[in-house]
Amino acid sequence: MSQLVYLVPLLPLAGFLINGLLRKSLSKQAVNIIGCGVILIAFLISLGLFFEVKANGPLIQTYFNFIDIKGLNIPFSFQVDALSVLFMLIITGVGFLIHVYSTSYMHEETTPHFARYFAFLNLFVFSMLLLVMGGNYLILFLGWEGVGLCSYLLIGYWFKNTNYNYAAKKAFIMNRIGDVGFLLGIFWLVAKLGTLTYGNVFAAAGNLSAVDVTGITILLFIGATGKSAQIPLYTWLPDAMAGPTPVSALIHAATMVTAGVYMIARSNILYSMSAVTENVIAIIGIATVLLAATIAIKQNDIKKVLAYSTVSQLGYMFLGLGVGAYNGAVFHVMTHAFFKALLFLGAGSVIHAMGNEQDIRTMGGLRKYMPVTHITFLLGCLAISGIPPFSGFFSKDEILAAAYAKNPVLWLLGVAGAALTAFYMFRLYATTFLGSFRGTHDQEHHLHESPAAITLPLIALAILSVIGGWIGIPAVMIPDANAFHHFLQPVITTEVVAEMPHTTEWLLMAVSVAVAVIAILIALGKFTKHPELNEPQGLGGFLAHKWYIDELYDAIIVNPLNALAGFFKNVIEKSGIDGIVNGVGRFILYSSRQVRLVQSGQVGSYILFMVLAIIVLVLIWINDGYIYTYLSKIF
Amino acid sequence: MPIQYYIYLSLALFCIGIAGVLTRRNAIIIFMSVELMLNAVNLLLVAFSKMHHAVATAVDKVNNVGTDGQIFVFFVMVVAAAEVSVGLAIIVMMYRNAHSVDVNFLNRLKN
Amino acid sequence: MNVIQVLFWILSAMALVSALMVLLSKNPVHSVLWLVAVFFAISGHYILLNAQFIAIVNLIVYAGAIMVLFLFVIMLMNLNKDTEPQKNIWMKLAGAISAGCLLMILVSLIKQAPELQAKTAMMNEGSIGLIANLGKALFNTYVVPFEISSILFLSAMVGAVVIGKKD
Repeated sequence: MSQLVYLVPLLPLAGFLINGLLRKSLSKQAVNIIGCGVILIAFLISLGLFFEVKANGPLIQTYFNFIDIKGLNIPFSFQVDALSVLFMLIITGVGFLIHVYSTSYMHEETTPHFARYFAFLNLFVFSMLLLVMGGNYLILFLGWEGVGLCSYLLIGYWFKNTNYNYAAKKAFIMNRIGDVGFLLGIFWLVAKLGTLTYGNVFAAAGNLSAVDVTGITILLFIGATGKSAQIPLYTWLPDAMAGPTPVSALIHAATMVTAGVYMIARSNILYSMSAVTENVIAIIGIATVLLAATIAIKQNDIKKVLAYSTVSQLGYMFLGLGVGAYNGAVFHVMTHAFFKALLFLGAGSVIHAMGNEQDIRTMGGLRKYMPVTHITFLLGCLAISGIPPFSGFFSKDEILAAAYAKNPVLWLLGVAGAALTAFYMFRLYATTFLGSFRGTHDQEHHLHESPAAITLPLIALAILSVIGGWIGIPAVMIPDANAFHHFLQPVITTEVVAEMPHTTEWLLMAVSVAVAVIAILIALGKFTKHPELNEPQGLGGFLAHKWYIDELYDAIIVNPLNALAGFFKNVIEKSGIDGIVNGVGRFILYSSRQVRLVQSGQVGSYILFMVLAIIVLVLIWINDGYIYTYLSKIF
Repeated sequence: MPIQYYIYLSLALFCIGIAGVLTRRNAIIIFMSVELMLNAVNLLLVAFSKMHHAVATAVDKVNNVGTDGQIFVFFVMVVAAAEVSVGLAIIVMMYRNAHSVDVNFLNRLKN
Repeated sequence: MNVIQVLFWILSAMALVSALMVLLSKNPVHSVLWLVAVFFAISGHYILLNAQFIAIVNLIVYAGAIMVLFLFVIMLMNLNKDTEPQKNIWMKLAGAISAGCLLMILVSLIKQAPELQAKTAMMNEGSIGLIANLGKALFNTYVVPFEISSILFLSAMVGAVVIGKKD
């Protein structure tokens, strides 16, 4: 099995190349088979690798020397250990389901564009696999950049719409801003330790000074804020909903945005050495949870609600990382992948049935028309709200328990966030599926349940959302049942195990569940009968306008930069550089026109020039040009 | 006479000839200025031949050094005569075609 | 100053003034006549240098044949002062100044040449200018060019006739 490690990323890459280069000649059927098939095979191999790693421990496969200069040796190697194989399963498994979903969702596209979609999707899976399988920070960074690129390509998939292009640009640029921090962190690592390979870095981590560790970890975290949409670099994610819904599900719910969490979990040894960074991460995490949750309760676009929900749940993951609950954070990544992908795909099913309508105020009562979508969506909402025994409860609870152990205020805020989460999710559910239909008659006639290619992935993800949490049951319920912890133990070595009396733990769990249930009941009661149809006013308006943060960024950063760029373009480029270059051309034309006049055909002037030339030549020739002494001898 | 005086005289005549070529538009006058230049050179050649003769005579009273200059002058005159006949024939042809001897009309080399 | 020197200066002056008048005359016939005067002056110089053969040949060939040919052509074309084309004043100025510059430079060049400092041209004596000596050199050392020059004349005559034909 270890020989097949390289196939896992290579197959999606091959799928990308085939679908991309042959997009004009393949049939849709062929594109489907290639696009989905490579991911399926990659998933099967990952499954095999999972069992191997479980039995025998980590695999490190080195292929060739990527960079080999004096003082720095970076091999191109894959490290398949517990953490990476877990992510590989998520990526290829959920990815495969989303690929199958896309075959039906995107079937209206013409064949070249259909193939382009699958090519980009495969390229994304390739980059993400590179990211998680890389054996050193450089391969991780390669994958990091690759997923950013694919995000741009896929958000701007319907490139004929200029607004979508803006959204894609925004995503890419914000990612890049974070990447500057990431790169600086990598440079610092190389400068201090001379290596980027995980094993070497973590072994030598003790040699770093406190300043070094804090600096490196903060810089890497800045990269993570860009990629995983934390404050302050999160505004791209809601706009990224411009892409097709399966893209939002795969990239902006299940995989790319979790890259930051993966990176920090991988570097848990470094992060546990720096208390400052951990506090920063925790604070930013919880702030993001609350900010995004408050915005979500007033959004009316079904995908925007889910987008802000993603930002909020990512905040939970970072909160977990910040309080030392690395296991919890990774667990939440897994469960979040299941239920968020489920929610997005369900939203896609609804959008498809509504004829590309996304405003929930025109929906309602869809439970009668789309039963499968309805049930799976409900299961997803229950999971995300943290209701036992669904998966979200176990992962969120682990994070909240660790937060309580660190600082009860964090726990309190986390519970508030959980309440808001339940509230806005069930507001969404009630407005969309309950009550009576509020759309037009045409739309009502069009409503139907989606085909099998869409509903089967929904069912699969729903099952996972229900049972997925059972591998991480906390010790307080069933002792020694936390298979998740055991599995990740070799990698996540610095887990802070929160020791607290059992009654406290039960109490914490009860409080969070109760709060969530109350929020659900309030939401259901309020929104089933009286859905919010009017424009939000006052505080609601402030929340609906996303706290005006986008406008703030525009004023502080975007507009000055545009002005500067305009200055450069108009003054320096047009007048200066262009002027010089064009001026050279114009000067040559002018002078050649003047010189041409010499050829007048008048022999007399030719003789004149000959005489002048003779004079000049003689002057030059006399004793290497010292003319003056000789002219002075005449006078 | 120091040789420089002959050189200066001949140079002056030569430059007057050049001024004539550059200044006048009548083809015949230009031709005549060329003849003037040739004559200046002839004068100089003869002067140089006598110079060499003087130098050689200072050494050996009877000698024939220096005839080369005057033979050269002879041949220059030969060539000048031939050239004048052909040149004037051309000028006559030009006059027949253009009814003028203005050299500014000879701008076929233009562009 | 002895007679020779005085004669030298007079002849030089005559040559220069006549040459200038060649340029400055408006009437081409006058220019021809002034050129003849120049040739006379130059022949006078030749005689001073005791180059008798050259002096006479100069007069016969140049002043006698070539200038007469010029006069024929001018008379043929009936050129006089009125039909004389004039160059524009700037070109004339440019031409004159460049010729002047050339003169100045070459004069300065000669002035400082060390090889010419002490040499003189022998005047009024020396037998190399006599016909007998020249004839000996011409027919002994330079006989080939001499014969070829006759062919040159032939070709010139043929050429002149061919060009001048009306067809």
